[in-house]
Amino acid sequence: MTTDRRALSLSRPPMRAGVGLKPEHYRPILDDHPDIGWFEVHAENYMGAGGPPHYFLERIRADYALSVHGVGLSIGSAAGLTSGHLDRLKTVVDRYQPFVVSEHLAWSTHGNAFYNDLLPLPYTRATLDLVARHVDVTQEALGRRLLLENPSTYLRFDGEEMGETDFLAELARRTGCGLLLDVNNVFVSAANHGFDARAYLDAFPLARVQEIHLAGHETQHGDANMPTLLIDTHDRPVADPVWDLYRHVLARLGACPTLIEWDSALPTWPVLAAEAARAENLLRASEGADHARAA
Amino acid sequence: MRARPETSAAAAQQAAFAQALLHLDAPTPAGLTTYSEAEAARRFAVYRNNVRVSLVAALGARYPVVRRLVGAEFFDAAALLFIAQHPPTGPVLANYGAGFDAFLASFEPAADLPYLPDMAKLEWLRHRAFHAADADPIGIDRLAMLPPERLDTVRLALHPAVQFIVSPWPVLSIWTTNTEDDEVRPLGPEAGSESVLVTRPALQVLTQRLPAGADRLLAALADNAPLGAAVAAAVEAEPAFDIAGCLALLFSAGAIVGLTEGSRS
Repeated sequence: MTTDRRALSLSRPPMRAGVGLKPEHYRPILDDHPDIGWFEVHAENYMGAGGPPHYFLERIRADYALSVHGVGLSIGSAAGLTSGHLDRLKTVVDRYQPFVVSEHLAWSTHGNAFYNDLLPLPYTRATLDLVARHVDVTQEALGRRLLLENPSTYLRFDGEEMGETDFLAELARRTGCGLLLDVNNVFVSAANHGFDARAYLDAFPLARVQEIHLAGHETQHGDANMPTLLIDTHDRPVADPVWDLYRHVLARLGACPTLIEWDSALPTWPVLAAEAARAENLLRASEGADHARAA
Repeated sequence: MRARPETSAAAAQQAAFAQALLHLDAPTPAGLTTYSEAEAARRFAVYRNNVRVSLVAALGARYPVVRRLVGAEFFDAAALLFIAQHPPTGPVLANYGAGFDAFLASFEPAADLPYLPDMAKLEWLRHRAFHAADADPIGIDRLAMLPPERLDTVRLALHPAVQFIVSPWPVLSIWTTNTEDDEVRPLGPEAGSESVLVTRPALQVLTQRLPAGADRLLAALADNAPLGAAVAAAVEAEPAFDIAGCLALLFSAGAIVGLTEGSRS
């Protein structure tokens, strides 16, 4: 296992709040140079040959730390990874030198078709074997550790053999991968499947977590026959109960790079920056607590 | 890679899931935790909706003028049909949407807008130019410095973003008024066929009218023909071809990035 050696070569993660980088904000960022800890990009948006995406990302990367978040590797594909996409991901990672690279515990490709969504996997030993093989291949190809994110889900499968936290803990143990804890996804999945979000977080292998995501979700109200369903929409502010869960995580984990994910119905830059500042205040408070614990 | 037994079971499950995502009349896949039938359908519909809405939005962003011309409702319906027939073949969505022009050309409900496929083609070329490789355009002074007797054998390299479309419709005029004007300007009877050059010399994609014959010149240059042969092809198609005017247009549009002399190819 060479993962530990790789980890040493990574640039130091910023213990700060970051935001997802959107083309609408390229100009305000370059013009005003806001005090934001870091930016995250979707790897697939920077796989073109040239043009404005690379022009702006090069300039923003020169001044800020960066995280690369893949949304298309389909690491849970039963039919295997597409090596071409792994090569493209490596090209982006090598070029922009992010402090972390992450992907999702999900699948999105089948046959020759890409479905542009993060589709659910049954938590079985067979799925664990499959995903672990793909994480190994990916880490080998990238030459560095991958973080895997807990998904938001709407369905579960018959015949599942373990819970999501056990699945992720065993996957991290086998492959040496890190984890990206999406607190909004925990809240959404807990509501949709009727489990307790705090109990989930208390069972989560927090020692493996190297990044946190926060985002907004939509509430689809039910009726007498249908329970309320939460949809992971990334199109609004983080909900209050998700902030509460975030505090709960920070109290146990300490400071951790935290991203505000806002991908559609984009707010103006000041609104997004204020959301990041809110996360950063909590994060700094937990850092203070770290020092107090260490003293 | 050899298929492992557990992997092929998982593959079958993903195949069924995938099939039902794109086809509204397909039943909800089997093997889901026992919800009521309506509840399983409602939950599956979240995924189905994510796939369809996100891909329709991707096409809408790629084809804004087509969308404006036909209206949002018509566009979304056409896009859904296109997506079901031609889902993305890879995770880089910037590559998605090729062939929408051909789809529209055979899409019966759009038959009364015969210029629609060419508009889709123009928007696709603009999109390709946006993501094309970067290169630094050279000025026409580089050509002017050459002695006239060497002009015939010189080869001009096109910028990777350079593309063109020859349309029997006033495709650029329609594009321009639908992009720049709040109220679409009606086109007069003088508006006829248009050939359009697409370039991206720096960050911005540019479009402009090409004179008659210029498409032949560009096609020859793209084939690495020397300038003399490229001009001859243009003149053959258009005896009144304005060589100097066309070259001035190409250089000022940032379409030329290299100039080599001699027989190297």
